[in-house]
Amino acid sequence: MMQMAHEDIDVERIRRDFPILGTTMNGKPLIYLDSAATSQKPIQVIDAISNYYKEYNANIHRGIYQISERATSEYIESKEKLARFINAREMAEIVYTRNATESINVVALTWGNENVKKGDHILISDMEHHSNIVPWMLLAERKGATLDYIKLDGAKAELDVQNLGEQMAKKPKIVAVTQASNVLGTINDVKTVTKMAHEVGAKVLVDGAQSAPHMKVDVRDIDCDFFVLSGHKMLGPTGIGALYGKREILEATEPLLSGGDMIRSVHHHEHTWNDLPWKFEAGTSDIAGGIGLSAAIDYLNGVGMEKVRSHEKKLVRYVIERLSQVKGVQIFGLGQDGIDKRCGVVAFKLENIHPHDVAQIFDSEGIAIRAGHHCAMPLVTETLGEGALSRLSFYIYNTESEVDAAIAAIETVRRTFKV
Amino acid sequence: MDLYAEEIISHYEHPHNKGKMDNASISLHRDNPTCGDEMTIYLNVDKDGKVSDVKFEGSGCAISMASASMMTDFVKGKSLGEVESMGVKELVELIGIDPGPARLKCATLSLRAIKEATFIYEHKPMDSSTKSL
Ligand SMILES: Cc1ncc(COP(=O)(O)O)c(C=O)c1O
Repeated sequence: MMQMAHEDIDVERIRRDFPILGTTMNGKPLIYLDSAATSQKPIQVIDAISNYYKEYNANIHRGIYQISERATSEYIESKEKLARFINAREMAEIVYTRNATESINVVALTWGNENVKKGDHILISDMEHHSNIVPWMLLAERKGATLDYIKLDGAKAELDVQNLGEQMAKKPKIVAVTQASNVLGTINDVKTVTKMAHEVGAKVLVDGAQSAPHMKVDVRDIDCDFFVLSGHKMLGPTGIGALYGKREILEATEPLLSGGDMIRSVHHHEHTWNDLPWKFEAGTSDIAGGIGLSAAIDYLNGVGMEKVRSHEKKLVRYVIERLSQVKGVQIFGLGQDGIDKRCGVVAFKLENIHPHDVAQIFDSEGIAIRAGHHCAMPLVTETLGEGALSRLSFYIYNTESEVDAAIAAIETVRRTFKV
Repeated sequence: MDLYAEEIISHYEHPHNKGKMDNASISLHRDNPTCGDEMTIYLNVDKDGKVSDVKFEGSGCAISMASASMMTDFVKGKSLGEVESMGVKELVELIGIDPGPARLKCATLSLRAIKEATFIYEHKPMDSSTKSL
């Protein structure tokens, strides 16, 4: 038991770092169970951003003066940290964007436009977020290519292994899959998917929006060609996200936007691109965002990603155990025996009660949850055949007693609706 | 939690005017894709231009279904002109709760469907208050 306590994270100490967790909602202490939408921010991140503005606000890459040099080095340091965080080879492979969505769009609009041709196949899966569907749908429309979906298995929880093989046999040009589903919570074996894709000559983009914040990610081990994430889901500020791309691919790809900073030299009628990653970052960057993300990565490293993961696993095991005892509840995704392949997202449905009514009553109890199609309409409405689902999602600051409060709120819902 | 007033819950559990109508003067399907509420409205219009009967079918949250129940009660016997002049203010008075910005689309779904149906029935362009619902 002592050993266990040693491995656990000190949630109470962590909670003190998050000012918002001391506030109330509808007169009740805030219980935030919507971290899959966006995470809360520790004071260290908030301070890092405000210190930049208070102490060394200056543009980067150009000032020959002290505060500009400091801003530049802090910004570059944040990329180096992120490169280490996901085990990229070097900072040159980390392009900053606004969010995971923008990162995917950049790939579809640059690499995709250059390489996908009429009649080609683009392969995604049946558990993607709209962000990892629409840019590919548009690319397919532009090029006259076909968009295919890897189907889910019979339990509608995991990618269907047989169908995966069948889709790969069509030799897609690019395969874009999520590492962790924001609805089912399923963690996909993206390493195997990547290996299969490479065998048929496809490039691979992994959507890490729900994985990078919650587990150790190693892009070199996965061997994916592109990996995308959003800073705001991993304790960082909104407005900053990243695109990881293998150096040789980014080098061979033309940038989407052009202007200042991304250029080495400009003459009246010609130009040369700047080095990576700057070639893909036109104009003044979100400097404060990069600095905030840097502090967020420090925070996560301080906790330790293995511990983040084991804490969430513990909460998910507990919530599934409690939820499955509530009458009329249906849980989506893998069950208790699949906890190792489940991230901190649990979607459920309460018989005869619309998820918006569930979320509304949770709100009156001070509990923030998400209800709807979770920006995954093909999954929720077509594959699962549901109008909408309620979703609980967890992070390092959540506790078992918050799960208890959520279960109590479900009882309140049932009492209100007399079911 | 005053959104779930007794009256809302009771209309949700025992909706009025729910069901299909054969030979309707007009029927119209509308939905809120973001939350999954959907409904079909059936209107019968008599020769004096009054709503002689109205029904709805569909599924969704308590707010959307209860307001459809109350709204269909309310428009029965009204002239098309009276229906077309209704707005959010009248709806809020009718259902007796303030849905707030997050749930406004749920509350107004039936009003939107009914109003759009009357404009289509009369072959008139929709007015801006209906378009903005
Ligand atoms: C799996 C997945 N991919 C992509 C995104 C898009 O993230 P963002 O809106 O930050 O671009 C999300 C956000 O919910 C997500 O859950």
